[in-house]
Amino acid sequence: MIVDSATADRLAEAPHLAEVQGRSLWQDARVRFFRNKAAVASLVVLSLIAFFAFFGGFFAAFDNETIDFTLMGANAYKGVPSFETGHYFGVDSDGRDLFARTVQGTRISLLVGIVGAGVAVIVGTLYGATAGYFGGRIDGIMMRTVDVLMSIPFMFVLILMLVIFGRSILMLFIGIGLISWLDMARIARGQTLTLKNKEFVEAAVATGVSPMKIILRHIVPNLIGIVVVYATLLIPGMIITESFISFLGLGVQEPATSLGALIDTGADNLNNGTRWQLYFPLFFFVTTLFAFFFVGDGLRDALDPKDR
Amino acid sequence: MALLDVQDLNVVFQTADGPVHAVNGLSFQIDKGETLAIVGESGSGKSQTAFAAMGLLAQNGAANGKVAFDGTDLLSLSPRQMNKMRAEKVAMIFQDPMTSLNPYMRISDQMAEVLTQHKGMSKRAAIAEATKMLDAVRIPDAAARITMYPHEFSGGMRQRIMIAMALLCQPQLLIADEPTTALDVTVQAQIMDLLGDIRRDFGTAIVLITHDLGIVADFCDRTLVMYGGQVMEEGATTDVFAEPAHPYTKGLLRAVPRIDRDDDVLQTISGEPPDMSRLPAGCPFSPRCDVALDHCAVQRPAKEHFGADRRRACHKPLAEVTS
Amino acid sequence: MLSFILRRLAVAVPTLLVLVIISFALMFAAPGGPFSGERPPPQAVLDNINARYGLDQPYWKQMVDYIWNIVRYFDFGPSFQYRDRSVTDVIMQGFPVTLTYGFWSFVVAIVVGVSLGVMAAVKQNTWLDYLAVGITIGAQVLPNFVLGPILLLTFTLWLGWLPGGGWNGGQWQYMVMPIIALSTSYMASIARITRSSMLEVLNAGFIRTAKAKGLPMRRIIFRHALKPALLPVLSYMGPAFVGMITGSVVVDVFFSTGGIGQFFVNSAFNRDYSVIMGITILVGALTILFSLLVDLLYAWIDPKIRY
Repeated sequence: MIVDSATADRLAEAPHLAEVQGRSLWQDARVRFFRNKAAVASLVVLSLIAFFAFFGGFFAAFDNETIDFTLMGANAYKGVPSFETGHYFGVDSDGRDLFARTVQGTRISLLVGIVGAGVAVIVGTLYGATAGYFGGRIDGIMMRTVDVLMSIPFMFVLILMLVIFGRSILMLFIGIGLISWLDMARIARGQTLTLKNKEFVEAAVATGVSPMKIILRHIVPNLIGIVVVYATLLIPGMIITESFISFLGLGVQEPATSLGALIDTGADNLNNGTRWQLYFPLFFFVTTLFAFFFVGDGLRDALDPKDR
Repeated sequence: MALLDVQDLNVVFQTADGPVHAVNGLSFQIDKGETLAIVGESGSGKSQTAFAAMGLLAQNGAANGKVAFDGTDLLSLSPRQMNKMRAEKVAMIFQDPMTSLNPYMRISDQMAEVLTQHKGMSKRAAIAEATKMLDAVRIPDAAARITMYPHEFSGGMRQRIMIAMALLCQPQLLIADEPTTALDVTVQAQIMDLLGDIRRDFGTAIVLITHDLGIVADFCDRTLVMYGGQVMEEGATTDVFAEPAHPYTKGLLRAVPRIDRDDDVLQTISGEPPDMSRLPAGCPFSPRCDVALDHCAVQRPAKEHFGADRRRACHKPLAEVTS
Repeated sequence: MLSFILRRLAVAVPTLLVLVIISFALMFAAPGGPFSGERPPPQAVLDNINARYGLDQPYWKQMVDYIWNIVRYFDFGPSFQYRDRSVTDVIMQGFPVTLTYGFWSFVVAIVVGVSLGVMAAVKQNTWLDYLAVGITIGAQVLPNFVLGPILLLTFTLWLGWLPGGGWNGGQWQYMVMPIIALSTSYMASIARITRSSMLEVLNAGFIRTAKAKGLPMRRIIFRHALKPALLPVLSYMGPAFVGMITGSVVVDVFFSTGGIGQFFVNSAFNRDYSVIMGITILVGALTILFSLLVDLLYAWIDPKIRY
C-alpha cells in the first residue's frame, strides 16, 4: 500500500483511529488475552513444560528404560537426585532415571490431554451442530440420546473396555475422548440454534447449498471461538482422567509411563525414603493443570466477554 | 418541619473508569401528605436519589449530605436503625414488578414477613392483615390468591401487590420509582388511580420518580426537574407546566406528544444524555441547550427563588426563558 | 407429580437398558472367553464350564436371563474367578463401606462448599472471599489420587495422627482421610458455583425489595437468596455423584478401605467380567436413580416448573 505524506501525517496523528478501524474479533480477543497477566504467565509456563516434555530427553544423561542394576533397590541412598551422577531427579525403585521417566510421563500426559480433547471436540461439535441445524425431531432424538448417555458412569465402562480389549494408549485416547464429547455437543447445539437464523446461513440455504456443506463451511467456523475455549478447559480434565486410570494401574503399560502412573509409583514408595519419586511427577502434574486452567480462563474471558 | 428534608445530597460511584457523580448537591423537601414528582430522563440521578435515601445504593456507591426524615438523618443511621425506618416510616416500590417480587416465595410469606418483622405479629395474624391490604389494592379474591407465587399474577397485579406490601406498616412516605414504566398504558392509569386513593385514604406522602410528564400533571402537587444529578427547576406542578422557567423543562414539555396540538413531527431534545463521569463544570445541560450563554459551560448557575415558592438554576434571565 | 415421576422413569429405564447392552456388547466382543487364558483348557472342559455359566446360550438369552435374575432375585450371577462367591456377595460386602464414607463425603462437600460459597459472596472482595476463591482454584488441581498421597504424607507419615489405611469397622479415624480425599474437589466446585450464583442473586431486584422492607441481612440471605442460589448447585449434584462414585475407586485402592472400588480394580486385573459388569450396572442404576431424585427436588424447589 502506498500512502502519501499527508495521509501518513494524519494517520500518525490519530494512531488510535487506525487501530480501531482494523480490529477483527480475533485481534480484539488477543489484546484482551494478553492483558490477563495470570493467563500470559501460564502460557509461558505451558510452553516451558511442553519444551521439557518434547526436548527434555536430549538433556537426560540416561534413557528412560535403562535399568541401573547397581542402584536397583538401593535407590533410597544411592539414587538421590543429584547433578553429579546425572540423575537430576534421582532414580526410581527399579534403578531407572526419574528425569527421563518424568519427561516421558509428561509427554504422554500432554498427548493424552490434547488428543483426547481433540477427539471430544471434533465429535461433539459435529454432533451438536448437526442436531442444532436440522432441529425438530432429529434434534430431539439426538439430544435425548446425549441425555441418556450422560447419566451413565462412563469411567466404569472405560475400565471395562480396557480390561476386555487390553490396555493400549490408543484405547485410552479413544475412550477418554469418547466419554467427553457430550458436553461439547450440548454447547455446540446451543450456539448453532442461534447461528442458523443469521442472514449468512439463510443466504446459503437460499442459494441451495447442501446442509452438510452449510454446517461445515458456515456453522462450524463460527463455533471455533467457543470450541477453542472449551478444548483448553477440557485438556486438564483429560489429563486427570488418564492419570486416574494410570493411578489404578489400568492405564499405560510399562515401560511407557504417564504422570498418573509415576504418581502412583511414588505414592506406593512413600515409606521407602524415596519421596522424590512422588514430588517430581506431582510438581509437573499440578503445574500443568494450573497453567491449563488459567489459560482456559483467560481465553474464555477474551473470546466471550459477555460472560463476565 | 418538612417530613423529608434533603440537603446538599451527593452520590458518587467508584467505577473502573473513575468516579461517576450521579447526584450533585441536590436539595428538596416534602411535607406530610404531599406528592412530589421528580422528573428527568434516564441517568439524571433521580433513582439514585431515592436509593441513597433508603440506603439501597450499590456496593460501590456512597452518599453524603443530609437526608432527614422527621428530623432523623437517614444517612448516619446504623443498619439496624435503618431497618426500623424502612417499611415502618418510609417504603419504596420499584420500576419492574416482574423482578421485584421473589419468584421462589409465596405472596403470603413475602407480605407476612414485613409484619412479623416490624410489628411482631404472629404469622396467622400477619397473613390476615396482608389479605386485607390486598383487598384494599383491589386484588380480586385476595384470600385465595395470597398463597400463589408471583409468576401466577400479571404485571399490573404484581405492582398492586408491591404497593400493598409497601403499605403494610402504614409508612408516612412512599417512594415510587417509575412504578408504571414497565406496564401497559391502561394498567398504568389503574396504578396511578390506586396511588391517588392511597394518598387520600392513608394520608401517605408520595415521591413519584418518573420520566413521564403525562402522569405527573394529574397526580402531583409539586414537580422537581432533574438533569445531570442537579435540580433544574422546582415548583407547583401547575406553575411549572404553565410557565416553565428552564430551557430543559421547556424541551421536556415540547417532547410530550399531545392530541390537542396538530404536530407533524414529535419534538425532541437534541444531543445525548450526559456522561456522568465527565460532567461540565457549569450547567450540565449546557451542551444540549439551544439558548446557552458563553459562561454556561464553565460556571454553575446559582439557585434562584422566584414567584410562588418556585426555584430554578439557569444563567439565562427568567423573562427571556418564559417569553 | 405422579405423571412427572412416571415420565422421568420412562427415560430412566431405557438409559439403564443402554448401559446393560453396552456392557454385554463389550463382553461379547472380547477376544476369547473369560476362561480361555494363556493356557486354555481342553475344548471339552471349556464347553462344560461355559455350559455351567450359561455362556453357551445365545447372546440375547444370556442378557435377558441376566436382567431377569437381577430384577427378580437381586442376583448378579456367579463370579468367574472365585468359585465360592457370587457377584452379589462381593457387592454386599463392599457396598456398605462405600456407601458409608461416600455419604459423609457428599454431606461434607455440600455443607462446606455451600457455606464457603455463601460467605465468599456475602463478604465479596474481603480476605474471606479471596481465601475461598484460592481454595477453589487449588482444589481444582488436586484430584483425589493426588490428594490421597499428600494427606497420607501429612497426617500419617509426618504428624502420625491418623492410620494410613484400612477400615476397622468404620471408626472415625479411618474415615477422615478417605472423606477429605473424596470430597475436596467437589466441595471446591460447589463453593465456586454457590459463590457465583449467590452474587448474581444478591443483585436481583427482589433482594433490593427485601432490603427496602427493612429485613435484617441474615434473613435476606437465608429466606430470600439461598433457595434460588442453590438451584445451580442442585443441577451439579448429578455430575458430582458420578464423580464421587468414580473417585471412591481410588480411595478404596489407596486407603484399602475395602469398598466396592477395591473389588472393581481387583476384578479388572483378574479379568473377572461378571464382577466388573455387576458393579458397573449397579453404579449406573444408582446414578440414574439419583438424577431422578435431583429432578424431583428441583421441581419441588422451583415453583415455575410444572410437572
